[in-house]
Amino acid sequence: MRRLAAVWHSTLGRHLLVTAAAVLVVVLVVESVDDFRAVQLTQMAYLGIAAGGLTVLTGLNGQISLGHGALMAVGAYTTALLVSDDPVLPLPVALLTATAVTSAVGVVIGAAAARLRGPYLAGATLALAVALPGVALHFGETLGGEQGLRLRVPETPGWVLDAAYFVTAHDLTRSKYVAYLAWFTLVVVYLLLANLARSRVGRRWRAVRDDEVAAELAGIHLGRARVSAFVVSAAAAGAGGAVMALAVRLTAPTGFTLTLSLTLLTAVVLGGLGSLTGALAGAALLTFLPSVITDAGTSAGLDDIRAAELAPLVYGVVMVAVVLLAPRGLVGTLHAGWRRLRNPAVTPDPTTSADAASPGATVATSKGDTR
Amino acid sequence: MNTRTRKLAVLTSVLALTALAGACGAGGKDDDDKGGGGGATEVGVTDAAVTIGGTFPLTGVAAPGYSEIPTGAQAYFDYVNANGGVHGRSIEFLVKDDGYDPTKTSSLTDELVLKDKVFATLGSLGTPTHNAVVDSLNDQEVPDLFVSSGALAWGDDPGAHPWTFGWQPDYEIEGKIIGQWVSENMPDAKVGLFLQDDDFGEDAEKGVREYIDAQVVEAQRYTSGNTDVGPQIAALQASGADLVLSFTTPSYTALGQLVSLKLGFKPQWYVSNVGSDPTLVGGLLERFSEGAVPGTASSLNGVMTTRYIPGVDQPDNPWVQLWQKVWDESGQDGELTNYRIYGMSFAYTFVQALEAAGEDLTRDGLVEAIEDDGGDFAGPQLAPYRYSSDSHLGISGMQVVELQDGVGQPVTDVLTTDIGDSEIATDDSGQADDAPPESGLPE
Repeated sequence: MRRLAAVWHSTLGRHLLVTAAAVLVVVLVVESVDDFRAVQLTQMAYLGIAAGGLTVLTGLNGQISLGHGALMAVGAYTTALLVSDDPVLPLPVALLTATAVTSAVGVVIGAAAARLRGPYLAGATLALAVALPGVALHFGETLGGEQGLRLRVPETPGWVLDAAYFVTAHDLTRSKYVAYLAWFTLVVVYLLLANLARSRVGRRWRAVRDDEVAAELAGIHLGRARVSAFVVSAAAAGAGGAVMALAVRLTAPTGFTLTLSLTLLTAVVLGGLGSLTGALAGAALLTFLPSVITDAGTSAGLDDIRAAELAPLVYGVVMVAVVLLAPRGLVGTLHAGWRRLRNPAVTPDPTTSADAASPGATVATSKGDTR
Repeated sequence: MNTRTRKLAVLTSVLALTALAGACGAGGKDDDDKGGGGGATEVGVTDAAVTIGGTFPLTGVAAPGYSEIPTGAQAYFDYVNANGGVHGRSIEFLVKDDGYDPTKTSSLTDELVLKDKVFATLGSLGTPTHNAVVDSLNDQEVPDLFVSSGALAWGDDPGAHPWTFGWQPDYEIEGKIIGQWVSENMPDAKVGLFLQDDDFGEDAEKGVREYIDAQVVEAQRYTSGNTDVGPQIAALQASGADLVLSFTTPSYTALGQLVSLKLGFKPQWYVSNVGSDPTLVGGLLERFSEGAVPGTASSLNGVMTTRYIPGVDQPDNPWVQLWQKVWDESGQDGELTNYRIYGMSFAYTFVQALEAAGEDLTRDGLVEAIEDDGGDFAGPQLAPYRYSSDSHLGISGMQVVELQDGVGQPVTDVLTTDIGDSEIATDDSGQADDAPPESGLPE
């Protein structure tokens, strides 16, 4: 028993325990839902993976990126090219390669981004989001141009089917296979991000965010810290893009417009800047809100067009409401409320709190709201 | 929490997990047969109703015009349901808004198939959008009927996509028909091509070049979404083209006309059927020019196009009279438009297919019925369908017309052909003289 407590007190141990629990929850949830929910969960997972990367970049290092949709496109196109090849690469290998390629692109963009601040950085990454789809059009022969690359999810490997049957006594459908793949990717990415955020690297990122001069005085190389944050964030976006390619089954420029980049930023803001749980909550909201609203509109007697127009409206209202009423995002606000309940005497200072970067905790400082 | 409760909690959770792992184990896989049930119940079909659905752009840039298509189809299904349905079943038509974004099309089609459990998809709109879902629909063996797009991919290879059917004439035969007309009637014209940079433009160019490859002096392409077509029109002007064949969607027809007006470029225009609705293009012209160009249907005067179903410019046509009646009875807002007629027309074909498939409705049966009987389906189309087990392409021909005050004046007879090197012939099936049955329901 004491050993268990010891494990809980070490960061890695705690993260691994949470991960194991998360894997269990994923299996239980995916098994208990129908195929359509599994598809929606996959969508939530790829938004969550990319938003997780963005929340680390923005929340921990203070860099704003409006170009993460473009980085997802890099991951998605790499996957589409690899998976359509014959013989087909095993999907995990394709996912890893896509992540690696996106990280490499992240190095280049990160190096440029490290020299820019605030609105200039936002502008540069915005340009990336606008320009990258053009690359797919220019190299239309390989990248499919406007039509995009179609992708067929390869047959589920036999051992996976057998293993799934062994555990659940159901045959594994293709959509559930992709859902598992997506969520296991998400769990791994979040584990790595949470560990990194709690490590020396993460402390450097936060030091650079909070005060550049102080960080430099402490011997931190500003450029290196910024580039490394960008690369890690790009890798997560690449993994998200790779999962997206599998889920959507088509990789085309129209799927990676500026809207996608803004959607990711929205997920991060809605959930709470710097918090992985917040990113996941934001992704969930963005995935499920539109269909719930449209259904509600239809059952309230609106015609199809009116019901379809209702979703963007409610989406906008929710966004404004969150920014006005809960500027730390949903998870950030809940967390602050919880702290106040437990410890009414002490004013919380999340920057120095011990569990600030564990999954489920807010990393954003109260000062960080202004960034 | 004191130590004892904590111990207890840990113990309970460990026990719970063990129990869970034990409970969910199936041990191993038996080679049990998957009894199909012999078609007793088909997905989306009950004795009282058949549920179908489609994806359309109801919001966003592609919405003008196109968002009216499902309202037309809905109006006709309301009419059919009010008259007893098909084999006693009413038709429930679910419409999803994909905003012309393939990512959304993919998730919404999943929603239709997996959640709403539709029997088939009907009329789903767009080339890039439908590209995202055609494989998965075929993998899941869901009939994918009458895609609202003329790309060849919806029917030229039934082996690859046995569940997918096109409906409107494909862009290649449209290119062939106008190509031959130009080679016979304007052999000296210098031809410029203004093309959308996807299957639409590509298929059409293939057809055109079969007849007038030597006459084409310039081919310019635009990407849907980029609204600056100045460079393309300027290049066409510089090439000295005096006839421009424009395979464009309505917005780009309007943009092309507007830029030509600015540059003083006045060739003879031919605009593809999908981009030549005079009322819509006129309205777009007025909007894009901020009122400088009046938004009347006459703004496309002298422009040539094609048609394959009667439209609102022929109010005396018995089909149009039927559509007017159906539209008025449905009580939806707005006027009868060509887009609504388009929706009603494919809805009519779907009702025919349901009737042909018989009382025991199955997905297999429906596809078989269209392959076997689709070539003889009556209806508003000017030329017969090409449906067979070798081709899932739709209407086989069209008529070249010239627009005057929004009305199409026939330039040729109805011409039919097929993809590849098959000949173009004047249609002798008499399909264009077909009139609707008294009841307005297919017989």
